[in-house]
Amino acid sequence: MLELKKVTKVFNPGTVNERVALKDLSLSLGDGEFVTVIGGNGAGKSTMLNAIAGTWPVDGGSIVIDGEDITSLPEHRRASFIGRVFQDPMMGTAPNMQLEENLALAYRRGQRRGLGWGVTKAEREIYREKLRELGLGLEDRMTAKMGLLSGGQRQAVTLLMASLRRPKLLLLDEHTAALDPATAATVLEISQRIVEENDLTTLMITHNMSDAIKYGNRLIMMDQGSIILDISGEDKKKLTKRDLLMQFAAVAGRQEETDSVLLS
Amino acid sequence: MLSPLNLLKNIPGGVAQGLIWGIMALGVYITFRLLDVADLTVDGSFATGGAVTVMLITSGTPAPLAVLAAVAAGMLAGLCTGLLHTRFGIPAILSGILTQLALYSINLRIMGMASNRAVSVDRYPLLLSSRYVTPAIISGAAVVLVLVSAMYWYFGTEQGSALRATGSNPNMSRAQGINIDAMKVLGLALSNGVVALAGGLMAQYQGFADINMGRGAIVIGLAAIIIGESVSDSRLLSRWLNFFGKLCFVVLGGVAYYLVVVVVLWLRLNSNDLKLFTAIIVAAFLAIPYLRGRARQGRRRVKGERDA
Ligand SMILES: Nc1ncnc2c1ncn2[C@@H]1O[C@H](COP(=O)(O)OP(=O)(O)OP(=O)(O)O)[C@@H](O)[C@H]1O
Ligand SMILES: [Mg+2]
Repeated sequence: MLELKKVTKVFNPGTVNERVALKDLSLSLGDGEFVTVIGGNGAGKSTMLNAIAGTWPVDGGSIVIDGEDITSLPEHRRASFIGRVFQDPMMGTAPNMQLEENLALAYRRGQRRGLGWGVTKAEREIYREKLRELGLGLEDRMTAKMGLLSGGQRQAVTLLMASLRRPKLLLLDEHTAALDPATAATVLEISQRIVEENDLTTLMITHNMSDAIKYGNRLIMMDQGSIILDISGEDKKKLTKRDLLMQFAAVAGRQEETDSVLLS
Repeated sequence: MLSPLNLLKNIPGGVAQGLIWGIMALGVYITFRLLDVADLTVDGSFATGGAVTVMLITSGTPAPLAVLAAVAAGMLAGLCTGLLHTRFGIPAILSGILTQLALYSINLRIMGMASNRAVSVDRYPLLLSSRYVTPAIISGAAVVLVLVSAMYWYFGTEQGSALRATGSNPNMSRAQGINIDAMKVLGLALSNGVVALAGGLMAQYQGFADINMGRGAIVIGLAAIIIGESVSDSRLLSRWLNFFGKLCFVVLGGVAYYLVVVVVLWLRLNSNDLKLFTAIIVAAFLAIPYLRGRARQGRRRVKGERDA
């Protein structure tokens, strides 16, 4: 399904700010796998998702989806098989456009955009049904400007937009981090349902250990641009928060070690 | 002596010219409001439109065809700015300035190295002329109606929606598979096509094309947009107006602006001060929403402190 082979990304190469964000990172995802991604700040989690989505070109390695090498494809061309939800609720929708216009834009992802109507009557019914399933009462606000909705509502709509045209891969980057705990829980439930109903291959970044354990069928931990832990199947089911915290502590300990070496 | 009769006499002409500036403002609206780009190409492409129109008409081309050619020339100018911006990574404002500068020389060449060229309504059938003001107003209004309808339709299509999305949220647009570079180039071309159309109409109305006829056009366009929106976005109207209505108010903003100019000229204020005057009005209108927002925030802060 998704194959990352020795992907490398260096920011600001050749300057004092040079930063190796991904180091020969390899990862292979099977069809329908739902992977939660954890790791400390600056571990390279977002960078990995951005590399897959094509935000900028990578400096080495290759990215293959369903046998097609997409390493040099620009972001808007990859969009036809990738759905995304960002951490910032502002990022995923067009605030000056109506809710139904936003959905219509997503409905045409990967399609040619010609001179037909931007939103047709028939698709309005589809959107109304899908919005009703979200259970947020948005089916009655389809002509409201997107910018008038709350952060949680926007994230739910962005999720819907990401899955309206079934993507081969769904990328969620801390998409509940900006929400209050109750709304975050709701949006996570919606995510889970959408992933299951459409049988989507998913990568979900989270800083919440319990969520990382509870959701998905595989878990990876990243540190310094590499994957340092990869657990799936029965092992994942048996995983506890304690196990993960100990892994984190081990990484942090090594960090202190290097810090003291640097300081001495 | 200031004679009110004189003012009244000049109002119809002011309306006609205001309509033409309003058409230009529709072009500026595409970049400034829909694409969220400040495009300075327009000062040049307005004059390009005038130059191409006059040169073609005086060489025997029917006026409607000449104006169509002017639109094409304007679109080419916009394309140029768009490519400088998207292909070569030059900031949008600077790309516009570069094209505008280049157009000064190009416009001179179009006009055969003369800084202005006359086109007499006595010798050529023109679409409109200041000699016949009432028909000019009717022609201008007809062009506005066709143009506003076309824009209303186009920005409701899939392609037009993609263009608006690019201006509203480029990040989201890319994630939804929209080629935002292509959309920017397209929007800049369309915008400058409309601006050149206005330039072609203005040259016919005043009976000549002038190398400096577009100077300050961007600011007049912004003035029209801001004046129009200050009415159409008011609490009273905004609920009843759709995109079509909003575009009409942009044109009316152009008319309102030009009527103010007529009053200024009637007051015998030095017309050389007109640009200063325009700049002050536009700066004030751009500042008002910002200052109002700050005032509201300040009040909220005070209220919060009181409540605490
Ligand atoms: N656009 C960029 N320019 C320069 N450096 C960057 C850029 N994006 C990320 N980095 C650097 O790359 C490293 C990895 O960043 P990344 O955003 O992938 O971390 P993360 O694991 O998502 O962390 P967080 O949990 O804080 O979101 C960091 O050191 C960061 O400073
Ligand atoms: Mg991150």
